[in-house]
Amino acid sequence: MQTKIGLEIHCQLTGLKSKLFCSCGTDYRGKEPNSNVCPTCLGLPGTLPLLNKKAVEFASMISLALDCRVPEEIMFYRKNYFYPDLPKNFQLTQYNAYGITSIGVDGSLQYGDDKVARIRRVQLEEDPGRVVYESGSMEKSLYALVDYNRAGIPLVEIVTEPDFSDPKDVRLFLNKITSIVEHLGVCDTKLEGSVRCDVNVSVQGGLRVEIKNVGSFSEAEKAVRYEIARQKTMVSRNIEVKAETRHWDDARKITKESRSKEEEQDYRYFPEPDIPAITLGKDFVLSLKPSMPELPDARKERFISALGLSPHVAQVLIENKELADFFELTIKLYNSPKEVANWIVTDLISFVDEKDREGGNLLAGLKVGPEHIAELARMVEQNTVNRTMAKQILGQVVRTGEMPSVVARKSQATRIADSSVIADAVEAVFKAEQSAVADARQNPNAANFLLGKVMQLTKGRADPKTALELINKKLRETT
Amino acid sequence: MQSLYRLGVAEVVQGVTSREFSAEEYIHQLLERIERVEPKINAFITVSKSSIDQARIIDRKIRDGEKVGPLAGVVVAIKDNICTKGMRTTCASKMLDDYVPPYDATVVDRLQQAGAIVIGKTNMDEFGMGSTTEFSRHGATRNPWDINKVPGGSSGGSAASVAALECTVSLGSDTGGSVRCPASFCSVVGFKPTYGLVSRYGLVSYANSLEQIGPLGKTVSDVASVMNVIAGFDEKDNTTAAGRPSYSVDKRPLRVGLVKEFVEGADEQVSKIISNSLDVFAKVGCQCEETSVASVQYALPSYYTIATAEASSNLARYDNIRYGFDMNPEGYEWNTYFSKARSNFGEEVKRRIITGSYVLSSGYYGKYYLKAQQARSILIRDLKSLFKKYDVLVGPTMPILPFNMGEKVDNPLTMYLVDVDTVVANLTGIPAISVPAGFARNGMPVGLQIMADAFCEQTLIDAASMFETEAKVQRSPEL
Repeated sequence: MQTKIGLEIHCQLTGLKSKLFCSCGTDYRGKEPNSNVCPTCLGLPGTLPLLNKKAVEFASMISLALDCRVPEEIMFYRKNYFYPDLPKNFQLTQYNAYGITSIGVDGSLQYGDDKVARIRRVQLEEDPGRVVYESGSMEKSLYALVDYNRAGIPLVEIVTEPDFSDPKDVRLFLNKITSIVEHLGVCDTKLEGSVRCDVNVSVQGGLRVEIKNVGSFSEAEKAVRYEIARQKTMVSRNIEVKAETRHWDDARKITKESRSKEEEQDYRYFPEPDIPAITLGKDFVLSLKPSMPELPDARKERFISALGLSPHVAQVLIENKELADFFELTIKLYNSPKEVANWIVTDLISFVDEKDREGGNLLAGLKVGPEHIAELARMVEQNTVNRTMAKQILGQVVRTGEMPSVVARKSQATRIADSSVIADAVEAVFKAEQSAVADARQNPNAANFLLGKVMQLTKGRADPKTALELINKKLRETT
Repeated sequence: MQSLYRLGVAEVVQGVTSREFSAEEYIHQLLERIERVEPKINAFITVSKSSIDQARIIDRKIRDGEKVGPLAGVVVAIKDNICTKGMRTTCASKMLDDYVPPYDATVVDRLQQAGAIVIGKTNMDEFGMGSTTEFSRHGATRNPWDINKVPGGSSGGSAASVAALECTVSLGSDTGGSVRCPASFCSVVGFKPTYGLVSRYGLVSYANSLEQIGPLGKTVSDVASVMNVIAGFDEKDNTTAAGRPSYSVDKRPLRVGLVKEFVEGADEQVSKIISNSLDVFAKVGCQCEETSVASVQYALPSYYTIATAEASSNLARYDNIRYGFDMNPEGYEWNTYFSKARSNFGEEVKRRIITGSYVLSSGYYGKYYLKAQQARSILIRDLKSLFKKYDVLVGPTMPILPFNMGEKVDNPLTMYLVDVDTVVANLTGIPAISVPAGFARNGMPVGLQIMADAFCEQTLIDAASMFETEAKVQRSPEL
């Protein structure tokens, strides 16, 4: 029996202006604690929830993007449990055990090259507040504080079937989900805590272990890897794997037993009487579909068929909406899709540091805009600079934000035009790279390699045109 | 000096707006009256001194020729589970001992907009759970007709304050009869509107799917005047129906059905008075006959199942973290603190929370909660078909006469049985009214309950008004 992994993904609908059941804003981050609250989201006696209709629309779009069935009537349920971050000591959510009434059900999503995961359900619910420990951790704190600014933020939960077995697939799937919600404009996944994930793992037909508190998608893969290793080690030593809820320790990168004894909780679900059942009707889905933004898969298809990109390049672009948007803005300035895409996918991305890459924050650390790449691509295609030069120019652009033409001009000023100086460099390279020289005599393209070495030796200051002429001349001479 | 405190709504508005007497004179008389009778009755938890300022504002407006509302100068007592901004709202519970709401309930807001003056907050059974107003942290309210008898409940303070002439009208809330029961026991008019007609925003929830705020007054006309102000759509309550209705009092022949099951189960003196009431209707040209609704036998168990289920969840928020009473959380693990704080609920409330948690627990949901909802559907269907034959259904409001204080407090089951005739209207959502029908040999009042189809309050008001005019039983107790 193989490893089974299922996911419960939480996505805040940050694209909404107000909370799920009151008019407080969704922009709670960085606000003074308990300032983004009202009687309703504090659960004060006598208050009633007022459903944010736009949230229903957003959650429906997610459901449709995941190929779910959207029922004609949806309902909210109360999930009853006591916790200090829950103002009413119940959470308003959706529930399907007494009839399908959640916003989406029975969907599937293709990810990676040809993999598919089934979606069990999509549901709309409210985020709880936050418990803040005085010294950072529960163990070491004398007291805890509760901040209800987050309480009532609209949340969509996506529950998959246990269709994963490889942690790498978990990452690919979560990347796809990220791209989808970004494309729909419903969730800014870069905001801290806007996407979270609980994972369920079982190995070799054993019992299911749930891991909570996985604070970001990039952590999910690590949590799964750790948990699989833990369970397999236990099995190999004949230790029984218990069905339990564990917590992901972000600092130590391990899963650990929950301190509070979480027995099988009875949430006593029942329909929320204060929110009458919402009739979406037959036409709801039909009317919503045409107004939905373009999804990543459709965009990829368009990049391939209309713009002539390779499937690989198109895939890299659509996996990150920011990158795909950047690409489209750039080709508006300089319409050469393939050239532009290659600069983005192979060269620009190589400048992104590891941390930003993990957070999906590809371009934040780079001082580069579409105008830079557009100009660079044009300079290359018009032969104003060669590719080697252009790459060096880009390296400076991302650090300083200067236009490529400015960088090129500056390097022109320090350029070595004196052919005797360049000839010395060529001489030196020919001595050091004899096998490459031999190679270049057979294959004219290999001369570029020698040019690269000459440029390296002159710190990029040699005039490449002169250098190449000298190289070719020397190749002919010594034949 | 004229006894202004005896006046009804129309006389007060007429007197104040024509400046025959001032709102200030009127409120002073009522405050004096309260001071005199409260030691015997204990109808109020809070008496508002600022009501005098409100009266002065009304008088000034009238002097200045400004527009005043349809209830100018009318003095209202509000049940202490309806939120009043800046005025303590305790639900007669220790759990909300120090709770001062930051907002007004919609009904309070509408009353004040209409020129009414809030004189104070009335006593009740804790969180509306009880039928005698004995389960109050502030001591029991006494029946103005005999201070050794219970006034009914849970809006006992609202009924007793009207009967004892401490206000013009009052507001109660009716979850299973809590307006009509005390109205019957205190010989005043009590009205339970159709579910969704009056906003519940600001009513502290006991059982949201069953309850409505309703007015109590000395006459049907008084109650109708209040309904004209408080009824109608409220954007703050998703369960309110569209429109703002307006009611008048008409006399017209109606088809009246006497519900056999209600009469048969009642005390002999009650049955006799209620059966005689048919003659009153016949005298004004109504068509009267006896009818039967077999499914009412399911009403009481269904009611207690649904009401306690909802209550167990609604009352979960009282954990004394965000508001409540004076208790220091320092030194407790939060679970322990919750338990300790929540042990301050009264016995009856605890009983209902435990019952409600039980009927919702996994494995029992289908057996109890779902079954109760099915019975509810049957009852709705049966009454719907009966309302094709009859304009109104009548019977006793209470199956028994007001009983001695303390008589049933230790026997919850016999206490629950007294709600057998009133819960039907809550389960089915239909409007119902209790009007004084006569007095038993010991001088204790008997109330006639009239029910009409959903949103047929005009029919109900017409029937009640015809009965009231013809039966001539309205009077006030000697105090």
